Amino acid sequence: MSYVIEMRNIRKEFPGIVANDDITLQVNKGEIHALLGENGAGKSTLMNVLFGLYQPEKGDIRVKGKKVNITDPNIANSLGIGMVHQHFMLIDKFTVTENIILGSEPTLGGKLDLKHAGKQVMKLSEQYGLDVKPNKKIEDISVGMQQRVEILKTLYRGADILIFDEPTAVLTPLEVKELTKIMKLLVKEGKSIILITHKLKEIMEICDRCTVIRRGKGIGTVEVKDTNPDQLASMMVGRQVNTKVNDEPYKPNGDVLIVDNLTVVDSRKVPVVDQLNLTVKGGEILGIAGVDGNGQTELIEAISGLRKVKKGSITLNQKEITNLSPRKITEKGVGHIPEDRHKHGLVLDFSVGENIVLQTYYQKPQATAGYLHYNNIYQKAKSLIKEYDVRTPDAYTPARALSGGNQQKAIIAREIDRSPDLLIAAQPTRGLDVGAIEFIHNKLIEERKQGKAVLLVSFELDEILNLSDRIAVIYEGRIIDIVTPSETNENELGLLMAGQKEKAAVQREENF
Amino acid sequence: MKRIFNNNRLFSFLIPVISVILGLLAGAIIMLITGYNPLLAYQSIIHSIFFEPYYSGETIRAMIPLVLSGLAVAFAFRTGLFNIGVEGQLLVGWFTAVAVGIGFGDLPKAVLLPLAIIAAALAGAIWGFVPGFLKARFKVHEVITTIMMNYIALHVTNYLIRTYLYTQGERTPSVPESASLSSKFLMDLTQGSRLHWGFIVALIAAVIMWFILWKTTKGYELRSVGFNPNASKYAGMNVNRNVILSMAISGAFAGVAGAMEGLGTYQYMTINSTFIGIGFDGIAVALLGLNTSIGVIFGAALFAGLKIGSISMQSIAGVPTDLVQIIIALIIFFVASSYLIRWLLVRLKKGGK
Ligand SMILES: Nc1ncnc2c1ncn2[C@@H]1O[C@H](COP(=O)(O)OP(=O)(O)OP(=O)(O)O)[C@@H](O)[C@H]1O
Ligand SMILES: [Mg+2]
Repeated sequence: MSYVIEMRNIRKEFPGIVANDDITLQVNKGEIHALLGENGAGKSTLMNVLFGLYQPEKGDIRVKGKKVNITDPNIANSLGIGMVHQHFMLIDKFTVTENIILGSEPTLGGKLDLKHAGKQVMKLSEQYGLDVKPNKKIEDISVGMQQRVEILKTLYRGADILIFDEPTAVLTPLEVKELTKIMKLLVKEGKSIILITHKLKEIMEICDRCTVIRRGKGIGTVEVKDTNPDQLASMMVGRQVNTKVNDEPYKPNGDVLIVDNLTVVDSRKVPVVDQLNLTVKGGEILGIAGVDGNGQTELIEAISGLRKVKKGSITLNQKEITNLSPRKITEKGVGHIPEDRHKHGLVLDFSVGENIVLQTYYQKPQATAGYLHYNNIYQKAKSLIKEYDVRTPDAYTPARALSGGNQQKAIIAREIDRSPDLLIAAQPTRGLDVGAIEFIHNKLIEERKQGKAVLLVSFELDEILNLSDRIAVIYEGRIIDIVTPSETNENELGLLMAGQKEKAAVQREENF
Repeated sequence: MKRIFNNNRLFSFLIPVISVILGLLAGAIIMLITGYNPLLAYQSIIHSIFFEPYYSGETIRAMIPLVLSGLAVAFAFRTGLFNIGVEGQLLVGWFTAVAVGIGFGDLPKAVLLPLAIIAAALAGAIWGFVPGFLKARFKVHEVITTIMMNYIALHVTNYLIRTYLYTQGERTPSVPESASLSSKFLMDLTQGSRLHWGFIVALIAAVIMWFILWKTTKGYELRSVGFNPNASKYAGMNVNRNVILSMAISGAFAGVAGAMEGLGTYQYMTINSTFIGIGFDGIAVALLGLNTSIGVIFGAALFAGLKIGSISMQSIAGVPTDLVQIIIALIIFFVASSYLIRWLLVRLKKGGK
């Protein structure tokens, strides 16, 4: 039988590292094929080889049975291969339609034919149930819609083999459901999909087969119906993985963070955080659950000093920190794992070592009197890289060259190492493999055990339910309810997150 | 060969080198078409600047302001800012150095000379501060404001010379010996060129830039802001203050470049009807030098060598000096289209396997 995609014995090296070592991947027509592996295992690299962005040192690629030489993405496109990247590649200031046609612009007598293109985009988006607004600018639409634009971009170029690199990492649960529907529709129409994801649940739910790679080597391919999440996890990590649950007794001490009657407005002067009250105690993990865009981002930005507070106050350890500069707030003991690691978390062109000291470069022993001690900086970096298992050739490698998950580990190492009294963790495990998630959950729980306060914001309800001591549900800029994980479930949380407090109460009566 | 390609730093180093080679080749082709002998032309350049002391001295002399203005552009660029205003900053620096030199002529040399140079640096810094401030405070793009500041500098210095320091020949009087960088020793050594002690100042400036950027916390901040202002703000750095600081320091380098002309090469300042162009050349020098101290020195050496060498190229090979301008322009063109060269190199790499 011939495969739509067959990659045989692929080898790809980067300076100091073998990213792909003799990997074989065979994809059937009309299937959703999962590609699973730890952070830095080489998944994105393998797909970039298939898409013509990297040239392999060894191995060959067959598309629909024919041996091909994919030297650039245009060739991949013409072979019907399309890719939705881990980090989107859209132009913010362009409209949806302009982004979709970019690179294969239709012309009418030498002039750009936007009208025709718009129609075609609409037709495609209806056919596959991809709800996009063709005339909106990218910067004005949600992440979920941006992703659908990326999908449309590949379909517009006539792709029938689609590569999705961690598409669900950036999506809210609702958007994940929509995407799942879209993918199922796509394979029904005869397309084939390669899906990279760290979420075993998703693999079990929608994939037909799964290829596992570990540290650049192919481990094997399994039929999803013959396997289970535990087996997949151990194939991938090489050992048993436990989902960590916060089961230490809950013994909170004093209030570390008090947010009192906080109002924050957005650029259009609309209140996005609206008279919000919240307390986080030492020795507890407070989880914030909510649908994206209900003020969680702005709340965090206000606490960490990145956004001006309009009304109300924020107190840390009995001292007011409202509207202080980010530097002052950091020095007073707030750590922040930001939601968007490329935008806020890292200077990608700095080395890993330089990134490790992004907030503390001016302090001893990193510097004295304005003079940097690179020896100390890199020594610190090296020990953190080891402790947090950040997979990088060395501390001098630019952060850009790290895999997505390892970039996140570097940020987490930096923030937890400062041992802040309040740790804000926004989507801390986004894009991480199960092993790394386990590790980070352990770290958060450790912080709690040491009496620190942890404010956890996550779209993953599992994560919120497993880790939190209390769950605050945010809706339209207010905390509409605080519940205890042992006395609630995903359904009740879902209703609360939709702002339906009454219905949630009724449901609760019925359950308990 | 493969190792070279795998090494990113070497890879980016290759780009300016190849640009220069392509520029020289294209220049040779133009000479052939227009009926000159390119071999003779290039030979005469090399011969004069390496084997005739006068031209060697003049080349180093011409390098001095180019290095400094290149450093100015490169420094701002590291913080993500495009300082097109080096020309204006250089002019106010030039004027200030000359004015201080003449105004405080009674002071001993050990005081006056450093004072004049520092004053020039300050004047340039102020000229850079203004666009930096406007950018930080009102989000006005620095390219627009620095260009406007150039015109202001040109006309303000002309006005000041005309009103306060005018002497015959549309210029200021010469600075006293106690404010002068020129040196009889260097002049004799190079058979009468205008080479002056400023080359030491330029070298020190290159070291200072390297030191600030790579050895100090400020430099770390400036680079961080240049790469990613969002993450820098998140990490507690004051982005606006760094933008202003970067422009001011950049302006200071440019101001010193002006001082080198005022206290060294010319010893006075003329009324300029148009820009003198050294500030703009600085952009090309920085580009060619990949915004590093060492690179800027090499870039300045190349441009200065071509400029001075073109004089003997004209007398020996009969090639008009305009052609050197064309070659310089071509080199800049190839550097600017480094994307093209990168692409060619990648192709080559693939083909070579
Ligand atoms: N351009 C590059 N230069 C140098 N090393 C690289 C480059 N791209 C990737 N690597 C290295 O290759 C390895 C594999 O990276 P890759 O991005 O393929 O991982 P991944 O499986 O996609 O991980 P993740 O799940 O974290 O996204 C990593 O160790 C990474 O540091
Ligand atoms: Mg990846």
